[in-house]
Amino acid sequence: MPADGKITPSTLSVKDLPWQIFWDKDKCTLCGKCTAVCPVSAIELGVFRKRIVEPALGIAEKPRHDYRIYYGIRQRTDPAYRCVGCAMCTMVCPNDAIMPQRSDEANKLVFHMDRGGQPRRRGGRRNVGGTILDRIKFIRISMLTDPALDAGRHEFELRTLLGRVLPPEDNLAFLSSNGWIPPVREIYPLVIGGMSFGALSPNMWEGLQMGVAYLNDELGMPVRICTGEGGCPPRLLRSRFLKNVILQIASGYFGWDEIIHAIPEMKEDPCAIEIKYGQGAKPGDGGLLMWYKVNELIAAIRGVPPGVSLPSPPTHQTKYSIEESVAKMIQSMYMAWDFRVPVFPKISATSTTLAVLNNLVRNPYAAGLAIDGEDGGTGAAYNVSMDHMGHPIASSLRDAYLNLVTVGRQNEIPLIAGGGVGKSGNLAANAAALIMLGASAVQTGKYIMQAAAGCLGSESDRCNICNIGQCPKGITSQDPRLYRRLDVEDVAQRVVDVFLTFDTELKKIIAPLGRSTSLPIGMADALGIDDSNAARRLKIKYVV
Amino acid sequence: MCRLFAITSEEPLSPMVAIEALDVMREGHDGSGVGLFMRDLSGPFEDLKTAPILSGIFTREGIKRLDRFMMDIGFMTQYKLTIKVPKTPPPGTPRRDSYLIRAYEYPEEWEGCSQEELYDRLLETRLQLRRMGEEQGDMIVFSFWPDVIMIKEIGDPMKVAEYLDLGRKELKARVLMAQGRQNTNYEINLYACHPFFIQGFSTMTNGENTAFIPIREFLASRNFPGYSGYQSDSEVFTHILHYTMAKLGLGLEAYKHVITPLKDEDIARHPDAAFLKHLKHSCRRMIIDGPNCVIGCLSDHTLFMVQDRKKLRPGVVGGRPGMYAFSSEICGLDAAIPDRDKSSDFQPMYLDTAIVGPDRKEVSICRQTEKLPLPH
Repeated sequence: MPADGKITPSTLSVKDLPWQIFWDKDKCTLCGKCTAVCPVSAIELGVFRKRIVEPALGIAEKPRHDYRIYYGIRQRTDPAYRCVGCAMCTMVCPNDAIMPQRSDEANKLVFHMDRGGQPRRRGGRRNVGGTILDRIKFIRISMLTDPALDAGRHEFELRTLLGRVLPPEDNLAFLSSNGWIPPVREIYPLVIGGMSFGALSPNMWEGLQMGVAYLNDELGMPVRICTGEGGCPPRLLRSRFLKNVILQIASGYFGWDEIIHAIPEMKEDPCAIEIKYGQGAKPGDGGLLMWYKVNELIAAIRGVPPGVSLPSPPTHQTKYSIEESVAKMIQSMYMAWDFRVPVFPKISATSTTLAVLNNLVRNPYAAGLAIDGEDGGTGAAYNVSMDHMGHPIASSLRDAYLNLVTVGRQNEIPLIAGGGVGKSGNLAANAAALIMLGASAVQTGKYIMQAAAGCLGSESDRCNICNIGQCPKGITSQDPRLYRRLDVEDVAQRVVDVFLTFDTELKKIIAPLGRSTSLPIGMADALGIDDSNAARRLKIKYVV
Repeated sequence: MCRLFAITSEEPLSPMVAIEALDVMREGHDGSGVGLFMRDLSGPFEDLKTAPILSGIFTREGIKRLDRFMMDIGFMTQYKLTIKVPKTPPPGTPRRDSYLIRAYEYPEEWEGCSQEELYDRLLETRLQLRRMGEEQGDMIVFSFWPDVIMIKEIGDPMKVAEYLDLGRKELKARVLMAQGRQNTNYEINLYACHPFFIQGFSTMTNGENTAFIPIREFLASRNFPGYSGYQSDSEVFTHILHYTMAKLGLGLEAYKHVITPLKDEDIARHPDAAFLKHLKHSCRRMIIDGPNCVIGCLSDHTLFMVQDRKKLRPGVVGGRPGMYAFSSEICGLDAAIPDRDKSSDFQPMYLDTAIVGPDRKEVSICRQTEKLPLPH
């Protein structure tokens, strides 16, 4: 800071910032790649003036000094340009001369992220490491009394049902009397959760769709992917791959004009319709696509003008009661496809989950309930919503399942659990735990972003700039200069890798439990945890 | 793993036939208990075919309470078989006051009840007695049904049978099912002992049922009082059979489609593909995840055996017209019917339901891939 520089309340030093750039002058080649790649311009060319003192060795000689200039990297401390820790500078540096590091000092930046009275908005995650799902162990191992199965060689049936399953008596009666039996899809129990075209870059979206198509067509795994609230590209709507897609409708109805008009030209029905009433990352708040990302393509698909922020309302404005209006919306969506496509709501996990569920039990059209826990991710949300709003998925799901057991409707309304599944990398273990707690299927988004596209986010507030379209990996950017970094085919291949790995790991979990012929939904006797309170809450075994 | 033996014969047999078969198979059970189911009774019960018979174990106080309870409802004792036991029970067998087998006359008030109502009342009476017994620890009730006797006890099957003198001449039946128990995960409780019984259906199983908890939750939430108990993970097999036939109105052929449905590609090729698809979807919660071999008996005296595809050593059925036996091991069958055509022995595989009907003329095999005799 110059001697006459002004100190304002928001003047911070590098020490105050959560991410600090360490730069090695000796290694740096001054190529400039780091400053060019930085998505938030946190570093810039620094011109440093340095005084060199040369003491004299002899008596006759006098000591002298000199001023020299050298060039290097300077980290900006203006909160608007703070380093986000993405480490793209490290990635592009030919000499490993630069790296952001997490500060050991308490975060001072947090007090200054509201310039202009605008609270911090960001993408990403809750930034709290770990989940209780990581601590759940599978304890009912088949030992001698019945054989543990060979995960590699045994036949497994790992599919699940999406759609309203009737009680056996009703199903058989309707079958013989030609009554209406709700459509039911047999799908793979791991679903790629709703990430919209708009939130994701075109390359990322295409890569995911290609990977899912390969899994279906070449590997026979009926993997499904949800569109999120952003519509669906017209060609996909008119292609046979639509059967892999769960179309999401949410309170902004973005893209539904296009979808409705495409119905007469659809070659296949979509897998299902998800009506989003809430999401785990920002419960009680609507979707948000900030103006940075609303380019002409996105605007055309969503049916909006380009360059404006698209905040969806927190609730469907025409829906004033779950008893009547939600039932009507579910029915209307059924009607659009002649009652051939399952329609299910998605809500944020909340202490009122059971009220929603009880209502859906009485609605014969509700094809399931997706519950999204607090650890869900998002492309854009208010920081306060992400950090402080929400309900963990484990107990919300467990309560919902046991509630269904009480009324004898377990698995008739499939529960789809999401929110933080695999957040520590334990995708299969987390998913299996949720299935055994009562989930019929599991949704994941962040894990796919990280594993299939190399998202840099972690639970330490790293990167998290999905909202402004500056994703350094091109995953959530709408800028072709950024998203061309992401090769579509590479993403597709990674999606396939992820699902094949998941499949093997899931078998490695359920085979030792002696299960193979049906997904062990609600097999809570297999679960244990080393926390007696959690065990009591989840009604599983306490093991130490 | 538990050992199972069942036999159906035109000539009434002593239960010792089954006990001896279990004894031959003793390598496979640890002598922790025995369960015996007898149906199509002979001897003094021959003329009491419609009278409900109560089978159980009672203390002296329990019998007094039983008598008061039954008389209050209006049941009159028609015949009782008293089992007097030696003073010292065999090792491991608890000392009991009374093993009770008693045939009743229906209360007058029950006359004119529809069969369904009668069945529900008999079930409710049994459950009420069981609840009373569990409260005071003075009664254990196994069955209360016409033409059915059940005896269960802890201990080595042969020693228990000798102790109870099961070879007595009054005790003969044309259908016998017996299980030698391998006590594994659960504490010894006679309600956990096979065979299990509900409203005319009885089954016994070996192998562990790994899908027990979700199946139990499904059955227990059917709002049917008989779907309770579950001291053993195998009790659900009996209740699923009851549910399939009594609640869904399906035939025995459908039982296997409920507990071990075909793979999707096999269903697609099946003549009843649409029906089976719906059955698989709606009955998914009753899919077992074995390895299990189930032997069961229906009200019309049909005996059957099924197993899932994980059962590495399947059970066997064999015999001759007039007498057929089902056994978890071939040596048990050899002991009971040595003079049979062994080349006709049949070991049902994962698609088969082996059935010997009430006429006891032949073993019929129902393959899961065959067309079902569905009502139209």
